[in-house]
This record gives sequence, structure tokens and C-alpha cells, in this order.
Amino acid sequence: MAAIRDLFRFSPSFRFGAIILAVVFGLVILSFFSPYESDDRRAVARNEPPSLEFILGTTSQGQDVFWMLTFAIRNTLLVAGLAVLIGRGVGVLLGMVSGYIGGTVDRLLSSLVDSVIVIPRLPLLILIASIMRGQMSILTLGLLIGLLDWAIPSKRYRAQILSLREREFTYTSVFSGMSVFKIVTREHLPFLMPYLLADVVSGFLFAIGLEVTLSILGLSDLDTQTIGTQIYWGNYYQALLTNRVWVLAAPIGASIIVVIGFYLASVGLSTYLDPRTRLGRLEVKTAVKEPETEPAAVTTQGVTL
Amino acid sequence: MTLLKEFILPRLIQWVVVIFIGVTITFLIPRLSPVNPVDQALGRMTTFQTMNPEATLALRETFLDLYGLEGNIFDQYLNFWRRLLVGDLGPSFGAFPTPVVRIIANSIGWTIGLLGISTLISWVLGLVLGSLAGYFPNRWWSQGLEKILITVYPVPYYILAFVLLMIFTYYFPIFPLVGGARGTPAFTWEYISSVLYFGTLPAISLIVGALAFRFIISKALTTSEKSSDYVQYAELAGLPKRKILFSYVTRNTMLPQVTDLALSLGALFEGALITEVVFGYPGLGYTLYNAVNSSDYNVIMGITLLSIVGIATASLLVDLSYPLVDPRVRYR
Repeated sequence: MAAIRDLFRFSPSFRFGAIILAVVFGLVILSFFSPYESDDRRAVARNEPPSLEFILGTTSQGQDVFWMLTFAIRNTLLVAGLAVLIGRGVGVLLGMVSGYIGGTVDRLLSSLVDSVIVIPRLPLLILIASIMRGQMSILTLGLLIGLLDWAIPSKRYRAQILSLREREFTYTSVFSGMSVFKIVTREHLPFLMPYLLADVVSGFLFAIGLEVTLSILGLSDLDTQTIGTQIYWGNYYQALLTNRVWVLAAPIGASIIVVIGFYLASVGLSTYLDPRTRLGRLEVKTAVKEPETEPAAVTTQGVTL
Repeated sequence: MTLLKEFILPRLIQWVVVIFIGVTITFLIPRLSPVNPVDQALGRMTTFQTMNPEATLALRETFLDLYGLEGNIFDQYLNFWRRLLVGDLGPSFGAFPTPVVRIIANSIGWTIGLLGISTLISWVLGLVLGSLAGYFPNRWWSQGLEKILITVYPVPYYILAFVLLMIFTYYFPIFPLVGGARGTPAFTWEYISSVLYFGTLPAISLIVGALAFRFIISKALTTSEKSSDYVQYAELAGLPKRKILFSYVTRNTMLPQVTDLALSLGALFEGALITEVVFGYPGLGYTLYNAVNSSDYNVIMGITLLSIVGIATASLLVDLSYPLVDPRVRYR
């Protein structure tokens, strides 16, 4: 909790990111109070430009763009959340096995991971999605994105664990007779948690990008409202040529805002985690007490990134 | 001999493993899917067009042969490899008798031209601008540039390209909407200038997208390199800043940058799928997209395999050339 308070105080990018994300989650909650079902057609007047009654206008199918958008954001975040959960789950597990057991297991797993990292993900995902077309739900989409995004995190956790294993406090706990399980959960997990957090946020970024891309190509479940499918249908009904830009502007704007929110939060988090800038942050604290400290002004540059 | 045995051999083995895994995954995916791809593809093809029964039968044979649904899975797998090693990717289903290899050959030139040039431009620009911004972090231009690029960076590439397309072909019709060139291919100024004209907007979108990433990485590397002792020494010795930055600092940040360049050049074979779809550019990505839409599995698998081999080979070359770029890495 203290970390989050610090972040709020000293990292403007985290602050902006968190505010944007709060608004985004507000929209998600709002979707549960929508006056229409997510797949209602002809619920409102058609082709209305944005006005007081319809904040973001309506589509040619008689849907209210604003309420559509709340469903879209909810489903996109659902896909991304599932992908992150699976991707990080596999990643952490493999990284831990590889890092703690070591030896031949580590060498085998590492070369597997190195190979998977190199394999291009987008064509593979498109191949799978095109075979599964029609059967794809947003849950399978999340599952697929997750299954393709574990290699890089697992490599990162392995590196973290290898360095934790060599730390002195690990030796101290081993020599004082702590069980392996306890060392892992009590001593090492607190170190891994912040990395996991930063990783989760950047995982969201990746998954949202993929979901939007695949849906726009028409490869995901087109009956479910997501940010990507909303753009897909906007294009499908020629929103641009018929001068109904608001139908496209809403999901495009939403996608930009959501990713920027996540990105700023992840930048804030990773600057916080970087030991060099953390030093700078500590100096910020001392500088708050003694404003005349000169070098602090230079080192805070990293934090304001 | 030790060089070959301890440095080159393990990397060659890694390369073989990567390609092996990639090919195996491409082989397995159609088999793991709950639908029977043969019947599905046949059904989809016969819905939209009537074919004479012979063609249908021939097609079914090809499908069966391709997915190797006769014989056990091990035989199928061996067969798959045997065809692959002689470069036989089978016929395209969309344009039936045309071999996939020729379809790929027709479109690969566009992709390499567009992506190669824009990758190089964005790499150089990002490197130079990022180094400058990292070395002079307090100037107004470096801060302004950073704010803009940090906003651009996380935006999904499709959105970026689509917004550019909307602005520059619809609201301000400066650039053409779709296509790769006008007229028949010939070595004339008219044709070449139309290639450049059609390629400009896709290239701009690619450059902006990649530039943001390169800028952020390059700035971070320069910032951390700047705090080294030798930089302080050089500054105290009164060397010109330009010389410190480009002769020493940037050179020391080169290794990861060169790696990235090589990897993104390897990714050329994947095609800029989204760029080419958005701008209707006739390269590999567009071919892939069309193949997806018409369930042309042979073409999809061909391009997937090509991109796997491309990236694996690029990363092999990167690994092998490390000692040339960075003297700190010795043959181990």
C-alpha cells in the first residue's frame, strides 16, 4: 500500500495512468446498469450524431454508441484479463521450475523458451483463428492470446529467481533451517510480486492490442461487443463514407485511452522498480525535506519519464 | 576447431530446434482443431461456387494429402517434412493450380521493399533522436518529442494506421487509397515514381510506429550510459559534446540496437500484415489476409513457415555476429 501511495506522489505518469484506468473501470461498472442489452438492435433512433440524449451518437443499427462502448470495454478487458492470467500463470510456473530446480531441467526448459520466443506470434494466431473461425468465443480468444504470451515473462522470472537464489538472505534462511517452501513463499515471493504487477500491466497492453487487431480483421467472435468488433462493424456499415465518424471515433478513442492508461501505469511501476531510479526516488524524499539538495533535481528525471 | 564446436555448433543446434518446433506447431494446429478442416474448407468452397465433381474430388484428395488424414499421425508428420524439404508447399486452394511458392514469390518483393526501407529509416531516426534526447534530457525539443512518442507508442498499430489513412486519404486526399503502383511494371520513371507515391503513406505509418519504440529504448540506453565515468572524464577533458555522444556513448549502446534491427529485418517475412491490409498494399501480409478470408490453408501455412524460418535465421545470424559487433563478447 505504501508503494502505491509513493507512486501516486512521485510518479506523474503513474498518477495519470491510474486516473485513466479508474475512469475505464468506471465505464465497465456502468455497463452493468445499461438500459439496453448488449446485442439490442433498433433500441434507439438511428444515425443520430452525438447529442445530450445520446452522448456518443447512435449507429445505423439503432444502437447507442456510449452503452455499446461500455460493453465493449468490459469484454475487451475480460479477454485481456484471461490472457494475462494464463500467460503469466504458465510463465511464472516455468520460470520458477527452471530457476529453482536448475541443472538439466533448466537447460531443457531454457532452450524451449528461447525457441518459443523467436516464433512469430501474429501469423500463428491468425492461422489458429482462421481454422477456428465461427467457433471462436471471446474466452477462447483470451485463452489463445495467453497461450502465446508466456515465454518472455518466464525468462524474466527465471532471471529474477536465479539472482534471488544467490542473495545472502537466502543462504541465511537455508542455514537456519527454513524449509524450501517457506523460503519461496515468505522470502522470495515479496520480491517477485512487484515484477509480477508490472508484468501484468504490460501483458494487458499486449493482449488489448492483439484483441483489437484480430477483431478488426474479422477473426474473433463478431457477435460479442469488444472494442475491436465495434470498429469492425463500424467499417462494415461504411461509417466513414456515410459521414458517421462518431461510430468509429468512439471505439478508436477508447482503445487509445485504455492503452495509454495501462502504459503510463506500467511506466510508473517499472521506473519505481528500477534500482537506479529507486535511488533517485529516495533522494526525492530527502529533497522534500531539504529542498536545497542539488543533485536530486537531476536524478528525478528518471522518475518523471 | 574449438570455435566451431563451442560457439557455432550450439547456435546451429538452437536454430534447428526453433525451426523444428515451429514446423511441428504449424503441423499440429490443424489437427488439434475440433473441426475437420477438409470438410469445412470443401463446404465453404462449394457454398460460393459450383465446381465440377472432378475438381472437387481432386481438391478433396489434395486436402487429405495435405493434412495427411490417411495413415497414422507419425506417417503424416514424416510426409509433411518430406514435402517441406523439397520446397513443395502444395497448390493454393484459392487460385487452384497455382503453387503456393509462386504466390509467395509474387508478393514478397513488395513487402521487402516497403518494410526494408521503412525499418531502416525508423531504426536510424530512432537511434539518433533517442540518443540526442537521452543526452540532452532537459531541452524543450527532447521533452516535447518524448511526450509525443510516449503517447504514440502504446497505441495499437492498426489504430495508428487507420487514423493516418482517414486523415490523409479521406479528409485531405493527398495520398492514394489502395494499391502498390499504377501502370504496368516497367523500368520507367513514371512507374517507379508511382511506386514511391503509393508506398509513402504505408511507410510513414510504419516509421512512426517503429520510431516510438526505438526512441524509447535508445533514450533509456543513452541515459544509463551517460552516467558512466568515461563520459564524465570526456566532458571534463572538454571534448565536443557531439563527439562524446556519437563516437562513444552511442557506440556503446549499439549492441542491443543491432540485435533488434536484425530481428526486425528477419520479421520481414511475416509481412506487415496490418499495414498491407489497411492500405491495400499487395505484399505478403495482404496475401496472408486474403488467404485467411478464403481459408486457403496452404498459403497460410506457407507464409507462417516462411516467417518462422526468417526470424530463426535472423536470430542465428545475430548470435553469430555478436563478437564482431561487441568486442566484450568473446567466443565462449
